[in-house]
Amino acid sequence: MKKIIRAAALGGAVALALAACGSAPEETETPGSSGSAAAPVDFTACMVSDEGGFDDASFNQSGYEGLKKAESDLGIQVKTAESTDPGQYTTNVDSMVQANCDLIIGVGFALEDAIQAAADANKDKHFALVDSAFSDADFNPVTLENAKPLLFNTQEAAYLAGYLSAGMSKTHTLATFGGQPFPSVTIFMDGFVDGAAAYAKDSGTATKVLGWDKAKQNGSMIGNFSDTQAGADTSTQFIEDGADVILPVAGPVGSGTLNAASQHDGTMVVWVDSDGYLQPSNEQYKSLILTSVMKQIGTAVFDTIKASVDGNFTAEPYVGTLENGGVDIAPFHDFESQVPAELSSKIDELREQIISGDLVVDSPSANKVS
Amino acid sequence: MTTTAQAPAPAEPQATKPARERGSYLQQVLDSSATTIVVAIVIALVLASLLVVAADPDAQKALVYVFARPSDFFGAAWDAVYSTYSALFRGAIFDPQASGARQIRPITETMVSSVPLIFAGLGLGIGFRSGLFNIGAQGQVLIGAAAGAWVGFAVPMPAGLHVIVVCVAAAVAGGIWAGIAGFLKARTGASEVIVTIMLNSIAAYLVAYLLTTSVLRQPGSTRPITPPVKDTAVMPLLLGDQFRLHLGFLLAILAAVGVWWLMERSTIGFRFRAVGANQDAARTAGIKVTTVYVLVMLVAGGLAGLGGAMQIIGTDKTFQASSAGSIGFDAITVALLGRSRPLGTVLAALLFGALRAGSPLMQTAAGTPIDLVLVIQAVIVLLIAAPPLVRELSLVHWAAVPFGYDRKKAAA
Repeated sequence: MKKIIRAAALGGAVALALAACGSAPEETETPGSSGSAAAPVDFTACMVSDEGGFDDASFNQSGYEGLKKAESDLGIQVKTAESTDPGQYTTNVDSMVQANCDLIIGVGFALEDAIQAAADANKDKHFALVDSAFSDADFNPVTLENAKPLLFNTQEAAYLAGYLSAGMSKTHTLATFGGQPFPSVTIFMDGFVDGAAAYAKDSGTATKVLGWDKAKQNGSMIGNFSDTQAGADTSTQFIEDGADVILPVAGPVGSGTLNAASQHDGTMVVWVDSDGYLQPSNEQYKSLILTSVMKQIGTAVFDTIKASVDGNFTAEPYVGTLENGGVDIAPFHDFESQVPAELSSKIDELREQIISGDLVVDSPSANKVS
Repeated sequence: MTTTAQAPAPAEPQATKPARERGSYLQQVLDSSATTIVVAIVIALVLASLLVVAADPDAQKALVYVFARPSDFFGAAWDAVYSTYSALFRGAIFDPQASGARQIRPITETMVSSVPLIFAGLGLGIGFRSGLFNIGAQGQVLIGAAAGAWVGFAVPMPAGLHVIVVCVAAAVAGGIWAGIAGFLKARTGASEVIVTIMLNSIAAYLVAYLLTTSVLRQPGSTRPITPPVKDTAVMPLLLGDQFRLHLGFLLAILAAVGVWWLMERSTIGFRFRAVGANQDAARTAGIKVTTVYVLVMLVAGGLAGLGGAMQIIGTDKTFQASSAGSIGFDAITVALLGRSRPLGTVLAALLFGALRAGSPLMQTAAGTPIDLVLVIQAVIVLLIAAPPLVRELSLVHWAAVPFGYDRKKAAA
């Protein structure tokens, strides 16, 4: 036995030594051949996260992926700063200004004040803000010449998901919960509730949505965007109360809901932000994901950077809608065969109605753009 | 250094000191807690630089062929460490690359970041020396910040007076919040550790709830954030618009002097320390231990609450659920690092303020992850908690052995 361990240790050491003896690359450096597809461009795009950090499996991460895509596709330089608390927003944005960034992107409504102040003080630089418009002290919308809000009419896509979920539910009971009562969270829940109510009206079957009261703007919040166990407990509670489709709006906490759903046959989950079926971390439970309410933050970030690099930057707000594909629901994947054709075509019909403006999905959290 | 009255040790240093062999001057210097702390900080920076190298992509690439061409690896490693620490220096102390007055802005930022830590750390230090392990600074900071913000935006008042009322409101709110724990301990013997931890959670959720109601939330908005405090409630700036350094820093220094007087010169402070040294002896000597518990928590909470208010009316202007950041927990470290003494607390808070002020530039200029700053802080605490470990790792202590330093004689 001892001999085997010794042999293994020796083998390991040899392998390590050989690995470390790898031949050095040629001294001559060829600039530009370092893997990036595009030629280097003299442009620096910078991003400041909110307190979630860039690994939040939610909107910070989506924004970061857009930035990374711009780095490799456009050949620009990027800089990033993560904030751990609100006290750092101003300093982080300020250090980006000092670092001579051409475009500075703040992720999350919490950075509004910091971005707005920096945009006012640095007219020669471009700014963008994800998930919030700019406003003055009295909360009237304002437009800044050099700062672009990136907004999403998430309620439109959530409405479709709510309609679909109500149509798929066998118990006629849906459920949703959020991380914290932020507008960017409750906007999902508002649309979901409205969509379910529309199905109930069309089909004549009463449908309950647990966890959110749109009129009172009050419902289930687990208090953070990290406690997966709390997400699983809340979801189990909903399932025991009869719910069979659950929409967790709390980033990575959704994996707790998947876990709870896997232990109760016939329970489906609606993912948020990105297509949950394609997320590697959801591989084990992807067959439980009915659909996802997607926000293309990464695409919006990438397009904004590209416009700024090309000299086409405008301060006009970008609003992701069903119409421009900035928000939508994901394909049904494993549920493709189970969704009745009638329901599926009704969803497409509703999508057309929302795009044409015949159907308006409203939410107190929706973007009020001047 | 005189006493270390954190634990109710029956053997007071006064009694043991003459009995212990004084040893040489070298022995005393190297065994002093000041040396331990400085060496601990240096070791933490060295360990952190190993992590910087490990996380650096260029160094990782060069490590593969380190035996074929070592210069590549060591060059890359040096670049990574140098750029990280020079960014920390430029972000926290002095920036030679900036122009004009902006060059000294980093040191003022360090001072700004240290203000809430000084207040909260002073409060915690009083508790530690009085034998109360108060983990609740986070909740007290949050409640103080919320109360200060509310007075700041909702109650119109003339300039000057407004700032004072905000500070008083924050101190009272923080004091009451901590006082709950003191009262429960005095009345029922409930452990202040558990009660203050629970009060942290209650404060966090209470504030999060209030931010969704009209009490704290900006009218017309759906965001959980207060309106900015009125201009009359903003702390006056000390060095003009270019710098964020505000009057709160001077107040923090004054508070440190005040705490020193309270603990070292006043009768109340003597009672606090007596209870911290030995409750039973203090009770026998006629000190009302239960009253002391409540008083200590009131003072500690008041200081922590003031720290929270400084964050709002000094820098942030608006209040939100995460405004307290990790001030309350960092302050525990600051108080421990400062050995619960006012001067030590101020210096430790400045160190932590520097790490905080330097971290944005470390990220943007050097690409170092912000988590590294947390690692440095954690390693410092780990080493401070174990002085023998510091002496074991310290080159200075090893090098001193031939000159008559005896590592074994060193008392922990």
